[in-house]
Amino acid sequence: MTASAHILQKGSVTRVMLLVLACLLPGVLAYAWQFGWGIVINLVWASLLALALEALALRLRGYPLKPFLSDGSAIVTAWLLALSLPPLAPWWLLLVGMIFAIGVAKHLYGGLGQNIFNPAMVGFAVLIISFPVQMTQWSAPLALAAHSLSFGESLSFVFGGTLPAGVALDAVVSATPLDTVRTGLLQQHTLDEIHSASQIFGSIGGVGSEWVAAAYLLGGIALWALRIVPWQVPVAFLAGIWLTAGFLHWADAGRYAAPWFQLAAPSAMLGAFFIATDPVSGATTPRGRIIFGLGAGFLTVIIRVFGGYPDGVAFAILLMNLCVPLIDAYTQPPVFGEAKKK
Amino acid sequence: MELQRFPGGVHPEEHKSQSASRPIHAAFVPRKLVLPMRQHIGQPAKPVVKVGDHVLKGQTIAEADGYVSVALHAPSSGTVTEIGLASVPHPSGLPDLCITIETDGRDEWAARTPIDWRNTDPAALRGHVRDLGIAGLGGAVFPSSIKLDPAGGPPIHTLILNGGECEPWITCDDRLMRERAEDILEGARIMQHLLGAERLIAGIEDNKPEAIAAMQAAAQKLGLTIEIAAMPTIYPGGGGKQITKTLTGLDTPSGGRTTDVGVQVFNVGTSYALARAILHGEPLISRIVTITGHVLRPQNFEVLIGTPMSELLLHAGERDGTTGIIMGGPMMGFDVPDMDVPVVKATNCVLAKSKELFPPKPRELPCIRCTQCVPVCPAKLQPQQLYWFARAKDLGRAQEYHLFDCIECGCCSYVCPSHIPLVDYYRYAKSEIWAREKEKRLADTARDRHEFRLFRMEREKKEKAERLAAKAQSKKAEAPALSTPEQDAKKKLIQEALARAQAKKAAVAPKNTDNLPPDKQAEIAEIEARRAKIVEIAKQPVEPEQH
Repeated sequence: MTASAHILQKGSVTRVMLLVLACLLPGVLAYAWQFGWGIVINLVWASLLALALEALALRLRGYPLKPFLSDGSAIVTAWLLALSLPPLAPWWLLLVGMIFAIGVAKHLYGGLGQNIFNPAMVGFAVLIISFPVQMTQWSAPLALAAHSLSFGESLSFVFGGTLPAGVALDAVVSATPLDTVRTGLLQQHTLDEIHSASQIFGSIGGVGSEWVAAAYLLGGIALWALRIVPWQVPVAFLAGIWLTAGFLHWADAGRYAAPWFQLAAPSAMLGAFFIATDPVSGATTPRGRIIFGLGAGFLTVIIRVFGGYPDGVAFAILLMNLCVPLIDAYTQPPVFGEAKKK
Repeated sequence: MELQRFPGGVHPEEHKSQSASRPIHAAFVPRKLVLPMRQHIGQPAKPVVKVGDHVLKGQTIAEADGYVSVALHAPSSGTVTEIGLASVPHPSGLPDLCITIETDGRDEWAARTPIDWRNTDPAALRGHVRDLGIAGLGGAVFPSSIKLDPAGGPPIHTLILNGGECEPWITCDDRLMRERAEDILEGARIMQHLLGAERLIAGIEDNKPEAIAAMQAAAQKLGLTIEIAAMPTIYPGGGGKQITKTLTGLDTPSGGRTTDVGVQVFNVGTSYALARAILHGEPLISRIVTITGHVLRPQNFEVLIGTPMSELLLHAGERDGTTGIIMGGPMMGFDVPDMDVPVVKATNCVLAKSKELFPPKPRELPCIRCTQCVPVCPAKLQPQQLYWFARAKDLGRAQEYHLFDCIECGCCSYVCPSHIPLVDYYRYAKSEIWAREKEKRLADTARDRHEFRLFRMEREKKEKAERLAAKAQSKKAEAPALSTPEQDAKKKLIQEALARAQAKKAAVAPKNTDNLPPDKQAEIAEIEARRAKIVEIAKQPVEPEQH
């Protein structure tokens, strides 16, 4: 059998994955700048885990290591999960999360290209259900933290659980703005009261975190400009959040946060450009991608506002992953010469 | 003229300058010519010569077998030395029936009779086209006589001369247009006459400015009304449906042909061959072939059909490190099974490969559904879905997703970051579907036959019963007394005579049971006894069955 075409455009799965990582860098840098060394430690640790688990899974399945380890997909999963966790999370949290992401969500479903769910989000969902306390201890922004951990101090906290003498846990961790709003509302406070009671809120979103969101947005636009992700998913996802949050805010501004606040959470931007756009677990048709994005955005806000968890991006995307075969089947675009028949 | 953009497409590196700068090299006569019977789409040609026959250049050596077929001619004078299986350029790599001619070097023509096409009946003219061996030289090699028959479809308003030549490396149409534009246009005139098309357009990609100029000059000289359009260079802009979209803006319906929207498309090479055939009586015995890639002097050659590709390589300067030959371009061509396969009517390019020009492909990785294949597909298909269905052998879904609109242009394979040979999967799915349909057709036919047989037997039985009943009825009515003494005596006489005759016959003709050894005879006797007993039992009245 002879294969046509005999020539190939330059490009590879590895290139796609490396570009995704490159476009995550602005967000990573902003994160480290605003929140300290924790995220860097998490990213490196997650990457090492990813390579080890991927190699183990490939070995068990009898696949060659080199072509699949070098495709970069495991590192992308690692980074997406690490960026979704609290930066000072204990080391075993990432270990458990990565086992579920790489071992279960990816390889038990058949490896690269076969997974129904986004592996990083599966890892996240397992962790937030199993370890809600650890998953809500977020690093305080450096601007507000009573003590900023050095690289060595961060390392010993992540791997040993020990803080420098005289530093209390409260000095380095805090709740996210979303979580603060959620807790305040549960205590029957109004949004204005919550805002004035906490220093965590910045000009649109949270102190520091709004910068991270902006950096994700920048990287995301670059990813679109490089034609790695289609515009439909992120635009529809952000629109879904904006419209849903906007409607609720319009209905009761005292109970429901403004749409811009919902968008300024880093998880929204990360989800819109880097997670919902995962081609393997996402819709493939243009109209399908709009439905997928709108649905994920809508569910994100619904889960944030009415659900049991402070953030809803992961669950929203996983739920939409479930709908992909249906969405794709009903949104097939007409082929050449077909539209005229109608 | 306003051009439209067809969907999809890619623009790979062109590599055309290598071979386009030199003029067409005149034909040479190789010592041996190998001519496959199956060079066109449809029924293979039927040989009309025998081994040992001397043939002249242009003499028919195989005739068209049926409507979808064309004739084949001796490309040079010589002797038929073999009619049998030989290696041919086909993706399957299987040998096929060929006529081999040992050339005599005299290159002596048979009689050539130009045809007065304006005063010839169209049907007869199409017959000539078929008998002169004309088939589409753009790649599909479909018998031109059929494409030139406007009956049975919507009227053809536009004839497109396809000078797109969108595949990288290939320049045979470019050189042909530059050097022999007048013949091309003469051919187009005949085509236009047969089709009754009002409009004539030539589409040439804008990377061939010399060809465009030459065609314009020729049109002016001949006083031919033709629109010559410079099309953007996008692969596969020379595809039939694509060039139709570009030049006329018409979308060929899914599953249909360009003739469904009143457009017929012919390659410029076909038009040229038609002109040589009708105006000069020269059947299709040669064509222009680009020899390029890993050779010393890339160039276009006029090549006699049947010339071994290896000889062509020698003429263009074979180089060390040649790893194989692609027939056609790098996008849609295929590897030939060996270098000695002959040039056939479909051979537009002989592309010599080397490790540097065509490095081995990287490992195929799983599809990550990145959909980079979607925007490049000229048929607007979902290649990633078709791939999925083909892999899963979900052939029904593959058809639902318009697998058969795939033109196998290879754009999806070209851009795939996982380096998946997608077109191979589609070809596999298509051939699998064809095989199943054939099987189903055969099974249907068999079942229909069986059912008809059962029906017929039932009907015959019924008719017989009715006939017998009717007969019995009439007999009863006619002859109330069935048995009289005279009749009985007569019957007895007849029976006695019959027995006598039988005994006599038995005595005269020896049976194959005579002259056997005693043990065999004993055995036979025993069998006869058993048989007689059974006959006895059978004669006894059967007791009615108890229910």
